[in-house]
This record gives sequence, C-alpha cells and structure tokens, in this order.
Amino acid sequence: MLHIVKKDLPKTREKIVVRLSAVVAALAFASIIVLVAGANPIELYIGIVQGCFGSVYRFAATIEKMVPLLVLSLGVMVAFKMRFWNIGAEGQFLMGAVGTTLVVRLLPNLPLPLMLLLMIVVSFAFGAIWLIVPAFFKARFGTNETLFTLMLNYIALTLVTALQYDFWKDPAASGMPKIANLPPNALLPSASGFNLSILMAVIIVLAMYYFMNRSKIGFEIAVLGESENTARYIGINVTKTIIIAALVSGGLCGVVGMMQTTGVSGALSTQITGGLGFTAIIVAWLSGLKVPFVVVNSFAFAVLLQGASYIQTAFQIPGSVAEMIQAIILFFILGSEFVLQYRFVSDKTKSEVA
Amino acid sequence: MNNDYVVKMENITKVFGKVKALDHVEFSLKKGEVHAILGENGAGKSSLMNVLNGIYMPDEGQIEVKGQLVNISSPKIALDLGIGMLPQHYKLVDVFSAMENVTAGSRKTTPFLNKKKILDEMGKLIAQLGMDINPNKKVYEMSVAEKQSLEIFKVLYRGADILILDEPTAVLTPQEIKNLFEIVKKMVATGCSVIIITHKLEEVMEISDRITIMRKGTTIQTVNKEETTPQELAGMMVGDVMELNVPYVAVERGPKALEVKAITAIDRNKVNILDHVSFDLYAGEILGVAGIAGSGQKELCEGIAGLYHLKSGEIIFEGENIVGKDPEKISQMGISLSFVPEDRLGMGLVSSMDIIDNVLLKDYRNKKGMGISRVVSRDKAEALVERLNVSTPAIENHAVSLLSGGNIQKVLLGREIELEPKLLVTAYATRGLDVGSSQIIYELLNEQKVRMKPIMYVGEDLDVLMSLCDRIMVLCEGRVTGIVDPRKTTKEAIGLMMSGVISEGEQACSIS
Repeated sequence: MLHIVKKDLPKTREKIVVRLSAVVAALAFASIIVLVAGANPIELYIGIVQGCFGSVYRFAATIEKMVPLLVLSLGVMVAFKMRFWNIGAEGQFLMGAVGTTLVVRLLPNLPLPLMLLLMIVVSFAFGAIWLIVPAFFKARFGTNETLFTLMLNYIALTLVTALQYDFWKDPAASGMPKIANLPPNALLPSASGFNLSILMAVIIVLAMYYFMNRSKIGFEIAVLGESENTARYIGINVTKTIIIAALVSGGLCGVVGMMQTTGVSGALSTQITGGLGFTAIIVAWLSGLKVPFVVVNSFAFAVLLQGASYIQTAFQIPGSVAEMIQAIILFFILGSEFVLQYRFVSDKTKSEVA
Repeated sequence: MNNDYVVKMENITKVFGKVKALDHVEFSLKKGEVHAILGENGAGKSSLMNVLNGIYMPDEGQIEVKGQLVNISSPKIALDLGIGMLPQHYKLVDVFSAMENVTAGSRKTTPFLNKKKILDEMGKLIAQLGMDINPNKKVYEMSVAEKQSLEIFKVLYRGADILILDEPTAVLTPQEIKNLFEIVKKMVATGCSVIIITHKLEEVMEISDRITIMRKGTTIQTVNKEETTPQELAGMMVGDVMELNVPYVAVERGPKALEVKAITAIDRNKVNILDHVSFDLYAGEILGVAGIAGSGQKELCEGIAGLYHLKSGEIIFEGENIVGKDPEKISQMGISLSFVPEDRLGMGLVSSMDIIDNVLLKDYRNKKGMGISRVVSRDKAEALVERLNVSTPAIENHAVSLLSGGNIQKVLLGREIELEPKLLVTAYATRGLDVGSSQIIYELLNEQKVRMKPIMYVGEDLDVLMSLCDRIMVLCEGRVTGIVDPRKTTKEAIGLMMSGVISEGEQACSIS
C-alpha cells in the first residue's frame, strides 16, 4: 500500500518548475474542452493574452479586476497570518458597500474629496465591525471563527437584498428592484479606464508590507499565529492582538466595497462581490501569506478573469467554457501544491518513517 | 495462578533513528497474573507495550502469544490475539453514550443495533466485574474515573483477556485508584492477565504479582513481589551512580532571591497538580527539581512565570508577591523562563522564524514607536551564534526548526542569558541533546551561577541533577517530598522520594 508522507521544504527552483508545468498541463487539458466547444485552443489562448493586454482599455479592465482581488487578499492574509480563518471577506465587502451607500444617502451634497474620504472611513468601519464581532467571540469564548464569519456572509447578503428590494429601492427605476446609482460627486475619478482605486491599492500594498514586516503589531500577529503559548510567554496581549488583526482584515475588505461601488458598479447590489471574497482566500493562501506574492498572484488571477470574459465575446464560446478553463488552471495549480509538499512511499519503508 | 505463559517476548529491539528505545528486552506474562512494569521516563516501558500492541514493529526479536509465535503488525491483530491496551489518553466519543462507545467499531456489532441484546450482554459483564457503568450515560457527563472504566470495559467487551494499562492511576484520586484495583483483581479472577505500567512503588507493591524493572531500554530484572522491597525496587529503577563529567562549582551562597510559599494549582481534571509547594531559592545556587514527568514541574515553572493560574499561595520575589501578575510584568521584573516542553519548540521559540526574529521576540518592545528594527537583534544574534558556537547555515531566513536540537537549545538559553535575568528558570535544558551539547549547556549554567544568579533547573537525569545542583527538590504528584543536598544523600533515596515516600526532614518542614 502507498502512504503519503510530508516532504522537506522544496527549493525555490523546484517550486517554479512544478508550478509552471502545472499551468502547461492545465492548458493542455483545457484544450480538450475548447476543442469540444468548437474553437482552436492555441488561438484561444492567444486571445486571452490579447484580451488582457491588447489595448489600453483592455489593460485597464484587467487592472480593474485586479484591484479588488488584491485588497481583499491582503485583508484575509492578515487574519490568516494569525491562523484566524476569516472566510467572511464576502460579507465584509458587502457591508463596506452598504456603509458607502449609507454615506451618500445621509449626506448627498458633500464635495467629492470629502465624500470619498468619509466613504473610505465608513466602509472600513463597517467591514471591520463585521469581523470584530466573531473575533471578539473567539477571543472571549473560543468560538469557531470559520463558521461564524461564513454565516455572517449570508446575513450581509440578506441585508443587501432587503435594501435592494425594499428599503433603498429606487422609485425612479420603474419597478426594477435596484438601488439608485451614486451621484457624480460620489464616484471615483478615472482617466482612460484607470480609476483612483489603483492609487489606493498601491498605498494599501505599501502600508501592508510595512505592517506585516516592520511593525510591532504585525510581528505580534505572526508570533500569535505560530504559537499562542509563545505569544503568552513573551507577554503579548492575545485578545488585543486578535481584535487589531480583525480590525485591519475586516476593514480592508470593507474598503473594497467602497472601491467597487464608487469606481466600478456605481451602485450597491447583491451582485457586487462576484464571489471575489472567496477567490481572495485562494490568492492569499497560494501566496504563502506574503505581500509581494499576493500582488503577483492577484494579477495572475485578474488575467484569468479578464481573459475569460474577453474570449466569450471574441470567440463566441459559452461563458461556462471560459469558467471551466479558469477552474482547470486553478485545480492544477492547487494540485501542484500537493506534489510540492508530499510524496508517496510504499509500505516497505514505513518502519523507517514510523 | 499457574505457570502458563500467555505472552513471551524475547530479544525485542526497537531503534528510532540513532536511539535504541528497546535493547534486547525480555518480558513474559503468566496467565492470571498482574505484572507491573516499573521504570523512569524513557526507560522503554511504553515502547515495549506498543510493540506488544502492534503499534510498533520490533526490529529484532520474537513474540509468543498463548504458545503461538506471532507477528503483531497492528492493534487489530493484537486484539484478535486477545491483547487490548488502554490508551493513556482516552479515545471516546464525547456525545455518545457508554453503550454507543462500546459498540462503535466493535466487530460484534451488526449493521442494525439490537440494543436490548447488547444491553443484556453489557449488563452481565458489568455485574461480573462490579463496575460502575451506566450504559446510557453520555461520555461528556462522566468523570475521569468513569471514562477509564468505560475504556477498560470496551477492551474487555471486544474479547481481550490480556490487558495493558498504561499509567492508569496518574489521573485518579486515591479512592478511584482503590476501585480500579478492585476491578483489576476481579478481572484476574475471571482469567484475564494484566500488565500495568507505572512508576509508583506503593501501587506496585499493592497490586502486582511480578515486577519487571526497566532502565534505559533494557530489562534489569523480573522479580516476584514477595521477594523484594520498595527500597530494592527504587535502587534498580534508578541504577548505580554514574560518574559524569558535569562539573560542580562551589559558590558561596548569596541572599534569598525567591520565596515560594505553599502554592497550589489544579489541572483540567480538578486534581491538585501543585499541592502546597514551598521552597526558597538563593542567589548563586542551582536548585534542581527532580520528579517523574507530570509531577507538577511544568506547572511550577509556568506558575512562577505567571503563565499558569495558581489557586493559592505566594511567590515572593524582590519583596513583592508576584502571584496574579501578568507574564509581561513578571518578565520585566527579570524572571526568565526557558522552558523546553516535549516538543522543544513549544514556548520559548517560534519554530518557523529565523534566529534574528527569535532574538527579536524578547527585544522588539524596547524600541519606541510602532515599528520594529532588526538591526540590534541581528548584532545580538550574530554574537550569540559566535559565542555559543551555534552551527547554522544562516541567522536569517533559516527557520530555527531546521537546526539540530542542541543548537536550538543554545539559541533559547543563550537568548535568555543575554537578557541578564535576575532569576533563571530552566526546564529539560538538555533533553535530547548529545553529550557535547549538554556540556556546553551545563557550563553556561555554571557560569551564571558564578555570577550569583539564582537558577532553578528542572531535570530528568538524576545523575546530572546530583552532580550539577546545590540542592535538589523532589516532586511527586505535585507535592514536595524532599529537599536534599545531593552530596549528602543517595540516588536510591531520591528515587524513593520520587515515588512518593516523603523524607523525614521535609515532613517536619511542611508542617511548620
């Protein structure tokens, strides 16, 4: 019989080789589906690249997809570094968007800079609260944060549904269940498709790099994640650290709600997250919870997303095929992690291992 | 009792890496006897039983069960042969009832439970053994003793007639121990044979028929209970005094640095893990703490460092009672704890971080502001690596978990000493280290002693304790059974104290 045994740490070169071959294998495998769908795989893959980088407009679209994913991934990364499994980025995202919309509804006539600033603060607070609640219960009573944060997603989603279909329904939309678009003084300024959220993302990346690698609290979060005993031993206030990490993690995810509402969709809706809150978990994890790799991987995912939406129109293939290609690539990359970390041994050598 | 052997183990050898856990061990079990295996920690008791239970495969040797030469490759096969082992940590499903736990996984169980039939069967066996088990009670409502009875019952219900009990009394109160022994006697009367692993001499003398003493992976002797005394057993258990190259440095003892007054703490099972422990620690001395593992050493160290909740008692340090202060405060007062738990990297170090970051652990607060700086820590790490001769490829981006045990230990102790603590508490400082590395650690400790630091040294190896320490405090089940001068006592006497025999001098002390 075969047994699965954990390997020693793989070398950087081995990692690169394995991951690249995973992508190549995934593309080869996906070709079968592309052929069945009646397209030429090679042309299609070239199409993906063109769709992402073919023009300024398309590149802007790629970046537009990258920004929310990047910030969400940085958000969940902070919590994951502490081994706090924040599965609730979706909910924090939605709550951030709710906070943003609330600002506009309460103070519709603020000048743009003040409006944006206030929206950032409120969306951050809304997202943070959505994570501090489970964090508090975890720190105080030892509740399971995975279930707690996951369930809060559905509460946030139901809240937005209620707002969209009832409380905040736009009377001018002739019966359509939608929330009114934001006025011009609440939209992120943009130039040739690139909006201001890119600048925000750059600032957030730099700040998070400092936070995780050079700040006391970031160091404490890392220690706490590795060993609560050590953290207690060197005198870290465990409850306080958990709450601060939750504040940053939830807050960042909340700010994404503001970026998307004011920069992309123009209005709050139940569709606004597009499942990015869950994709962010994969990105953060694949990046080994390190800021530079989060940036790289968010970009790679954005290429997949944008490429997929482009080939649907350019090659007239169903959207589901594009999604399948995405899923196959993802599946192979995740599978390659297994190859990197484990190996198979046969029964005969077992006594040595035991 | 007759002379039929139900188990005969010959020449059993088991090697883990470079360590010989079992070295040509002989063991036999007669039908209907209670056979105690006695030995210190790491003597190989549990390893031997794991071989018999099919968890380890021996590298050498043969096992005969009931006259048949057998190859026990899994606990399932062991159970087929009638061998059942009671795990040290109970493996019960909390939300299941006693009956459900007994039937789950049993091969007697049919796809659809015939509850009435099972209850009948269980009832008969329960009555026969005089056990106190309610088949419908849920496990989470049970006390530790009830859970243990249930585990024993589970093994018996599955048809075992050779029962291995691994330290069964460690978690029980005296009354519960009495009940357990009653059950054991009834089991033996019905034809079962019982192996009991323990280190408590009085229990051995009470329950067993024969006793096998193990030390450092070998069998020392198997004796009949009638033909031996506790003193003789203790002597065999600890062995002769070995000449070690651990230098004792004579230092004129300084003023009292720490006064511990009657501290008491309870563990998860509400058992007193520390029971009115009192002692003093002076500047310029190494106070050794001896005892069988789990006698309260961990809780004592953590209690002093403010990491374990103490129910009562006082710890006076620099004229102040530090019980109830938080660990950060205590650490700032200059009490340093370098505790090495079973997994070595549990508390003092962060295994996935490099040496710099591990030095930074104790340093990062000293810098003002929000940020951290690795500049100072880098210098300290470099100095530490050079001074203690730590062999590591790099101090940066090289996780300490990748270092050898000795080097990890040097990093931990070196960092603590670098902080110039006013009190050094160290536990199992040389666990798993080779002779050379241990030597460096002893020298480090002696160096601190010469500098008039008070040091508490929790150790396992009596020989080392006796040559390194100025005084040795012996713990047994959370109580101090003696504080002795190792140069005026024998290893055997300490062995007896470790097994719960209170030395006369100390008894007088604890009353006062």
